[in-house]
Amino acid sequence: MKTSGMRMRVPVLFAGCLCVAGMAFGQTVPATDTAITHAKIFTLAGAPIEDGTVVIHDGKIAAVGEGVSIPAGAKVIDAKGLQVYPGLFDPITQMGLSEISAVRATVDTTETGSFNPDLVAATAVLPSSAHIPVARAAGITEVLAVPASGGFDSSRATNLIGGQASAIHLAGWTAPEMLIRKNAAMVMDWPQIETQSFDFSTFSRKEKPFSDAKKDYDKAVDQLANWIEASRHYAQVTAASGGIYDRDVKLEAMIPVVRGEMPVLVFADKARDIRNAVEFCQKQNLKMILAGGSEAWKVKDLLRSKSVPVILRPTLEYPREEDDAYDRLMTQPAELLAAGVKIAFGSFDNSFSRRLGQQAANAVAHGMAYDDALKAVTLYPAQILGLDGELGTLETGKIANLIVTDGDPLELTTEVRFLFIKGQLTPTDNKQKDLYEKYLHRPAATK
Amino acid sequence: MNRRRVSLGVTVIALLGLLAGASGVAREKEAKAGAAANPAPVLLIRHATILTVTHGTLENGDILVKDGKIVAVGSGLKAPADAQVIDASGQFVMPGIIDCHSHIAIDGDVNEGSVSVSSMVNIADVLNSDDPAIYRDLAGGVTAANILHGSANPIGGQTIVIKLRWGQPAAKLPFEGALPGIKFALGENPKHSNFGGFGLPERYPATRMGVEETIRGAFTEARDYKKSWDDYNKRVAAGEKNLIPPRRDLKLDPLVEVLEGKRYVHAHCYREDEILMLLRVAKEFGFRVQTLQHVLEGYKVADEIAAAGTGASTFSDWWAYKVEAYEAIPYNAALMTRRGVVVSVNSDDAAEAMHLNQEAAKSMRYGGLTHDEALKLVTLNPAIQLGVEKRVGSIEVGKDADLVIYNRDPLSAYAVVQKTLIDGRVYFDREKDLAGRAALEQEKKELLAKARKIAEKKADEKKAEGKKPEEKKPEEKAKPPQDRIDEGGAR
Repeated sequence: MKTSGMRMRVPVLFAGCLCVAGMAFGQTVPATDTAITHAKIFTLAGAPIEDGTVVIHDGKIAAVGEGVSIPAGAKVIDAKGLQVYPGLFDPITQMGLSEISAVRATVDTTETGSFNPDLVAATAVLPSSAHIPVARAAGITEVLAVPASGGFDSSRATNLIGGQASAIHLAGWTAPEMLIRKNAAMVMDWPQIETQSFDFSTFSRKEKPFSDAKKDYDKAVDQLANWIEASRHYAQVTAASGGIYDRDVKLEAMIPVVRGEMPVLVFADKARDIRNAVEFCQKQNLKMILAGGSEAWKVKDLLRSKSVPVILRPTLEYPREEDDAYDRLMTQPAELLAAGVKIAFGSFDNSFSRRLGQQAANAVAHGMAYDDALKAVTLYPAQILGLDGELGTLETGKIANLIVTDGDPLELTTEVRFLFIKGQLTPTDNKQKDLYEKYLHRPAATK
Repeated sequence: MNRRRVSLGVTVIALLGLLAGASGVAREKEAKAGAAANPAPVLLIRHATILTVTHGTLENGDILVKDGKIVAVGSGLKAPADAQVIDASGQFVMPGIIDCHSHIAIDGDVNEGSVSVSSMVNIADVLNSDDPAIYRDLAGGVTAANILHGSANPIGGQTIVIKLRWGQPAAKLPFEGALPGIKFALGENPKHSNFGGFGLPERYPATRMGVEETIRGAFTEARDYKKSWDDYNKRVAAGEKNLIPPRRDLKLDPLVEVLEGKRYVHAHCYREDEILMLLRVAKEFGFRVQTLQHVLEGYKVADEIAAAGTGASTFSDWWAYKVEAYEAIPYNAALMTRRGVVVSVNSDDAAEAMHLNQEAAKSMRYGGLTHDEALKLVTLNPAIQLGVEKRVGSIEVGKDADLVIYNRDPLSAYAVVQKTLIDGRVYFDREKDLAGRAALEQEKKELLAKARKIAEKKADEKKAEGKKPEEKKPEEKAKPPQDRIDEGGAR
């Protein structure tokens, strides 16, 4: 049985000069060529390479394979006995936007109002968030920071249009340095027919007749349609008038959406809501990505036929309905894949981002192919967000976001030994490990 | 958890929910009640990898179960003539998982939050044997759980340990002989710091200082109360007649039981300062804190916790959801274990309880616990913390046959529970669960059709009477946005 007391020693050979000063600050070290040798490499673009080398140059993967030559002056990591994978990609988080979910002052996820397309997550990503290095320790190298996407205490999104999600690397001195794609997706919270609400002034649930709730729902959908139509009109007029028009920052932010250039990340869980959202996006010609999808299995054929990919909420959540099978959320990924639906796993959180691999492993235990599970936390999120040209596999020319582990990155006991972001060796030390070291060495308490 | 409450006012959907829910439960109950009426079968589990927890791992081992107890553990055991045999070739058997912090099987809310000391209320009075979470947690290998009141008060309600005997009535859930407990809570939740401002009335305490004084005040009263009873009983015993007994105080009775060591204190806490505070107060009044719950900064004062003989029941890797959880570390369980604290990993959540085996495994990665030490976090250690270690927590002759069979090493994210046994009876069987799904689906369809018909008929009747059909009743049950708070600021 593996315990961390039996770690394999991994020699790090310094063929070139390596400056590690920057690492102490949890940031990347200056660029240098790196070669990871003698590793089992899971490129996810073909069969694993048993004894392979990855060469990193200028932040990119310069070569992958057996018998790849090592550039002169490269730093060499002998990874014999270790395995190399693309870094994990968590496609729904509030990373950098929320530090302590119970403390409003530290939370910048959700604006007031319901139409906020001009908000951009990258604006409020805190590069020094303690969550970032903690997530790195779990092998996560990039995430989508998603505004208005809930989190630990409320898994619901809240704005109708919540703002723009930004894809970020989990390393960088500043938010701009972390950016992969600033305007990666527009967040839409599909309205629900809510007959119950929670009234904080009396701390009790309040009920509303169905017909009233339905009216509110229809109103919200109309509102969404009106905004989309206004945005489309605005796009046409600004184009025709050569940009001279009464400018409106909100409508302007919607232009890439109505042109189908920016996907819409639609939060919906119930089958009916998903159906309605798909129909709406079809009608409005929007490029839809479904987020949540607790009941996606009920509408899998629709999702396949309309090519709507799904970022699934955690498989380890509690099944939604009382009469759902206990393993409903764990069997769903395999079922969706078999139906031809593209899926990825998301944590929908910050502090549980490190459970991404665990979420995927539990789907494997319930019928998902292992290869798909690995891809559902690497390549598939990249594909869904249109970032697979740069990320998601270990192929020449892609950004060198990769991890070197002592085992299966989806397994609970696996350690990430080395982590590279944009080709830079980036530490996995973090606040939690520091506290561990500190209190591990606390002298025995005086009696 | 939101219980589905349906009035018989009757809408299509509401009626459906009622019928479907009732029938599923009824079916389960029928099956289980039948089994329960009979004596537990003689069972032989064969050819398994047996994780005994206390006596190492036995490859290709057998476990013989009789009258709900483990009667033999070894290799090549002979099956008695009347034995049912479970072939567990290639599978792993471990002791049933014990969840030291759970809020399942409770009817309604878990908090009586209106007062600072709510020791008069008792979770045992509101056990709900129909909560599907019982079945789902069984499917995650949980066989026993400490069912706690919420954390809204420095001294909360009385608690009870149950076995997850799904299908049995509520009266059969309590773990026989297990000492009852009482929930205490320190820090942000009892001082209501995270959910003020919603028109909630202000309530003492609002600081950690106030939390301490609330507890000291209550125990000062309890001590006097106990003395007045002791005096009274002494005088009665001495033969004095016509004495007026002290007035019963339902709030103080359970605190007297704490002082007498007849009721365990399970204290929700986070920060190092409040942990030490409670240990001091307990010392002052001469009782022991049985467990610190969550205790996310326990690693900072592990020596002090160990010296007090107090157990620690924590989360695997939760953090940052509030200020007092910001210095939580996943190494907590391992660090406290290394300093001699009896540590368990708990769920606090019906979904988390479905994979506590996985949560225990994380302590091998974070802090380097051994395989057996990690297993103990969800078996023997919580058994010790609940005072039931003579009955459960390891696979040993004489112990209750509360067992889980996995398809592989349970300390893996790929392990799936195949069977869960309590008292030698199979309460969860994955094969049966899978095989029964088609029939359940069919039943649900039929019920839907039936309910639709009833609703249509009613609508027609109303129309015939020339009345407007009744307004449709609510269909959805929305989660309150801050359900966690409602649950008791459970965390």
